[in-house]
Amino acid sequence: MQTPDSFVFPNELHVTWTVMIVLYPYITGMVAGAFIVSSFYHVFGMEKLKPIAKFALVSSLAFLCFATVPLLNHLGRPDRAFNIMVTPNFNSAMSGFGFVYLFYMTIVVLEIWFSYRAELINKYLRSKGIVKQIYRFIILGNTTVNDSTIVYDRKIVTFLAAFGIPVACVLHGYVGFLFGSIKANLWWSTPLMFIIFIFSAIVSGLAVLIFLYQFVHWIRRKTVNQESYELMAKWLWGFMIIAVVLELMEVLSISYENTERWEVLQLLINGKLKISYVYLQIFVFSLGPFLILSATSLIKSMPIKLKNFLIWLSSGMLLIQVLLMRWNVVIGGQLVSKSMRGFTEYFPGYFDKEGLLVSFGIILVPFILLMLFDKLFPFFEKPWEAK
Amino acid sequence: MDKIDKIERRQFLKIGLYTTAGIMMGSLFAFSKTDREILYKSPEDLSKFDWGFLVDTTRCIGCGACVRACKVENNVPDSYFRTWVERYEIDINGKVRVDSPNGAMDSFKDDNFNEAEIVKAFFVPKLCNHCYDSACTQVCPVGATYDSPDGVVLIDKDRCVGCGYCVQACPYGCRYIDHEKGVADKCTLCYHRIQRGEAPACVNACPRAARIFGNLKDPESKIRKILNLRRYGTLKPDLGTNPKCYYIGLDMEVK
Repeated sequence: MQTPDSFVFPNELHVTWTVMIVLYPYITGMVAGAFIVSSFYHVFGMEKLKPIAKFALVSSLAFLCFATVPLLNHLGRPDRAFNIMVTPNFNSAMSGFGFVYLFYMTIVVLEIWFSYRAELINKYLRSKGIVKQIYRFIILGNTTVNDSTIVYDRKIVTFLAAFGIPVACVLHGYVGFLFGSIKANLWWSTPLMFIIFIFSAIVSGLAVLIFLYQFVHWIRRKTVNQESYELMAKWLWGFMIIAVVLELMEVLSISYENTERWEVLQLLINGKLKISYVYLQIFVFSLGPFLILSATSLIKSMPIKLKNFLIWLSSGMLLIQVLLMRWNVVIGGQLVSKSMRGFTEYFPGYFDKEGLLVSFGIILVPFILLMLFDKLFPFFEKPWEAK
Repeated sequence: MDKIDKIERRQFLKIGLYTTAGIMMGSLFAFSKTDREILYKSPEDLSKFDWGFLVDTTRCIGCGACVRACKVENNVPDSYFRTWVERYEIDINGKVRVDSPNGAMDSFKDDNFNEAEIVKAFFVPKLCNHCYDSACTQVCPVGATYDSPDGVVLIDKDRCVGCGYCVQACPYGCRYIDHEKGVADKCTLCYHRIQRGEAPACVNACPRAARIFGNLKDPESKIRKILNLRRYGTLKPDLGTNPKCYYIGLDMEVK
């Protein structure tokens, strides 16, 4: 809208990066976060997290499989998507994307394969018909399991998990860097961006695991492993504090510097982003879970049922918080005109190619895939051990 | 009667066949010749040029002829612009108001802001700055945006994936995604024209010679001579893009 006091460049009336680009960092955030959680057990030997380690790893793969879908839907020429690996321009922050993504995918797939190998062989031996052939294909025809192969598999899993942590951080920190390195954008351009992205990734990874872990157990009428559940809740509490504080410190420092940048950004924060950023992201979905998680972590006498529900509730709220954060960064940054004199508008539309319906579909599909994965790689079964 | 008919028919077919063949052969020669020879210039030849642009804002009258010429010449999609003109108005209270209705396609018909007396007003044409260190070239992940040897920032539309990263990176809002082709687009300084020795369409169309175009490497060129003589500025110099579009009479309000 052009009002007497506001001006945007004529080409800025259309927002280039739509809600699809909001979903991409959201999904990769869960990928990286879930992977890091699984590594807590594999690498740092947190035995309490053992019940959730495999679940975390497979969730990571389910989200990873669909992380590129919003990007492909957004590309003007998706048929040329592989140009990014065929003719990469390494001066571009974006050019490494394909390689980092593929590399990370390889690590996750290998880690899953090695951590499920013994179990899959057991299933292969017990199954019949086509299912047997599917398992045979997955285990690549190798049916050797004994004490030394199990030790060997564990070693490899530990190595991959350790190696995967920096790669997961790179994958997601890199997304932050893509935004943070755009000097033309007042809201994005900050070296802190990739650090904020890594921490928010861990928050969303922990939140989605807690949310699903409890949810699946409610549906199956089973009880969660209280120790690991509470430990994850504490981790979530800690990481969300770091993520939110980092983000607020960033805004604080811009406002204190009080340059021309703040003149524009304060209008953004108090105007277009007032509801989605100030009210929703900060007050409702950051402060809310912070208070709830503080209570569940500090009040020892709280009844377990209530405590578990509150933890589950706050994990759901934090999932929304991270989605809001992605929206406020990606869309918020594009609302600011490069003329520094006004703001443009954006609404994705309900049934558009890059609209809300498609977005919900893209978010839901990884969860359905996760359900299918559960059939192949059961998350919460007692691991089969060699006799 | 029948015999004559047969002969005539045969004759007719023969003549028809020869005529068609003749027309086809003739047209092959006629249409294979173009009135313009295709010029192939080696990179060495091209690197003798460094195309630059100069906008004398003090001369611009905001007629929008440049915007219209550009639209026609380059088939620019509706509501996107390779060049546009901004109007700045400063009123007696020091309040600044800027507008560019439809990129000044239809010039500036009404005075939108008339609550206070306007003490200063001017027009600023904008276009791709063809920066020496362009942010868009840096960020293109597939190398579709490149600097030509004669100093023009161009897009290889057969390679562009339409990710829009360059649109985000350009600090001047000069790029857009052509949704019909799914690729990025922007001003090329009318590369097809300048290769034939013609001026870009907007330069040609400007009735006030507010837009000057030329070879920065040639000390005798008009643009070089003016730059040697006048004081000028560039847009957003702090971003380190080193724009090659120079402005005479640039106001601090112009960003």
